[in-house]
Amino acid sequence: MPKDFLKHAKDEYDVVVIGSGLGGLTAANMLARSGYRVLLLEQHYKLGGMATWFKRPGGHIFDISLHGFPYGMLKSCRRYWTQEIADSIVQLKNIRFDNPMFSLTTTFNRHDFTKLLTDKFNVAAEAVEGFFDKARKMDFQDDQQLTTRQLFDEFFPGREDVIRLLMEPITYANGSTLEDPAISYGIVFSNFMSKGVFTFQGGTDRLIQLMEAEINRSGVDVGIRCDVKKINCDGGRVRSVEVGGRKIKTRAVVSNANLKHTILNLVGEEYFDRQFVEEARAVRLNNSSTQVYMALKPDERIEESTGDLLFSSTAPTFRTESLLSRDITSRTYSFYYPRTRPAGRPRSLIVSSTNANYADWASLSEREYEASKQDLIETTLDALDKYVPNVRARIDHIEASTPRTFEHYTQHVAGASFGTKFEGLQVSFDIPKQIEGLYHAGSVGIIMSGWLGAMNYGRMVASDVDNLLAAAPAHATTKAVT
Amino acid sequence: MTEGDIREEILDILESIAPDEDLTQIDDGVNFRDQLELDSMDFLDIVMELRKRHRIQIPEDDYVQLASMKSTVTFLEPLMKDIERV
Repeated sequence: MPKDFLKHAKDEYDVVVIGSGLGGLTAANMLARSGYRVLLLEQHYKLGGMATWFKRPGGHIFDISLHGFPYGMLKSCRRYWTQEIADSIVQLKNIRFDNPMFSLTTTFNRHDFTKLLTDKFNVAAEAVEGFFDKARKMDFQDDQQLTTRQLFDEFFPGREDVIRLLMEPITYANGSTLEDPAISYGIVFSNFMSKGVFTFQGGTDRLIQLMEAEINRSGVDVGIRCDVKKINCDGGRVRSVEVGGRKIKTRAVVSNANLKHTILNLVGEEYFDRQFVEEARAVRLNNSSTQVYMALKPDERIEESTGDLLFSSTAPTFRTESLLSRDITSRTYSFYYPRTRPAGRPRSLIVSSTNANYADWASLSEREYEASKQDLIETTLDALDKYVPNVRARIDHIEASTPRTFEHYTQHVAGASFGTKFEGLQVSFDIPKQIEGLYHAGSVGIIMSGWLGAMNYGRMVASDVDNLLAAAPAHATTKAVT
Repeated sequence: MTEGDIREEILDILESIAPDEDLTQIDDGVNFRDQLELDSMDFLDIVMELRKRHRIQIPEDDYVQLASMKSTVTFLEPLMKDIERV
């Protein structure tokens, strides 16, 4: 008989959280700390969602999304998690760019970028300051008509090189493009520019282990390999979830699953207003990704000067279409040195990431698919040789993931690796107005994407859930919230 | 709680939210954002903390009332005047 992963789950909870990405984990932790009975359900066997890792023979541990996040993570981890987690956040100091327009290394903060833009790119200091100030003041309630391209054109007209410097890293971080609303760019860019790019020392595995220990301390019940089939609603309210052949009653649900999957599949469109369903259907998913994972032989080392993050491109200018094209010209390399896991075996790894369209991969036959993956691996090795000389001979293990891989592990519609485009934010916000007790805290609207966005959104939704549950008359079986 | 008590309580909450900030120099008439490194998440945490400590519900539309110490105390006074100081 298969193991019952819900053996310890009760029949009723105050809150069921579906999905254990950083948003789901944070919401679960905050609500349990507030005294609510919380059940966290994850379809995969590991917690963390896209904050994940995998191990391969030879002591190699690959991180999927560890590099990097803004300094704000430190504050959020300290407040919503533990001091120990916050204390492991360290800066990545070597951020490199290499493309036909320029090659440079930066600490990726406002001070260094101002210097680069004025000294190296010869932009007037007033334009640089004006741009930074405007980006910093942006808020998600602002006008969304202005596109990122228009924002750049206002301060740096005709400067494709400047646009590339400012845009490429953010596209890597959250999949946003020049055609997206400028506010989504401004908010994320300013978050990074405050202090630079940071990472978690010890690796994603250690972070998730520490978080798991913390949610246990907070009293969250956890079920892995628990694929929720249905969120049951009745009379305009959430009633229960169906999972593992059981129906678990709950006063509130926080879905950390894909936005469209939550509305259209888990709940079902008949429970929402027609207009809301139309808006939900119209939400554009963000693109997916391909990644190539490379582990060097145990005694091989990468030169530190190679950098922590390297935005490389052979394309003459920065264009959204070329970023997503199967004909890859842009790759972002994350270099993982032994210092990534000081307590682990010293290993050197490289993850090459490229944004990709799901449609380009979805329809391939098995043979074409395998051939395309192999081609991705070979072309990546060719391109990487410039930065890691003789890399082919030094590699111990190599493999690739595609939009199909992301779809398989996350159950995200179309393998979306950065959630939804901007309009998804409003739909996500509006879910509780449609069904009392139903909330969504996932990667939406670009700004709620990435580790920091996801974590903060989980915390915001936890506050809304607390507001509802604290105000509503508690069930007789509900323990008092103190 | 008197206005003075409420001010003390807000300072105590700020202390836990922004442990790195010097709160002794706060100018009550100036917006928090202009003198402390506070973002929208910090304001959300202030609201959460008030709810947790005193069961005060602050609707989202009223978050703007929390801009400065002076406006916060003025806004909270009618809501907190009957609360016993601990």
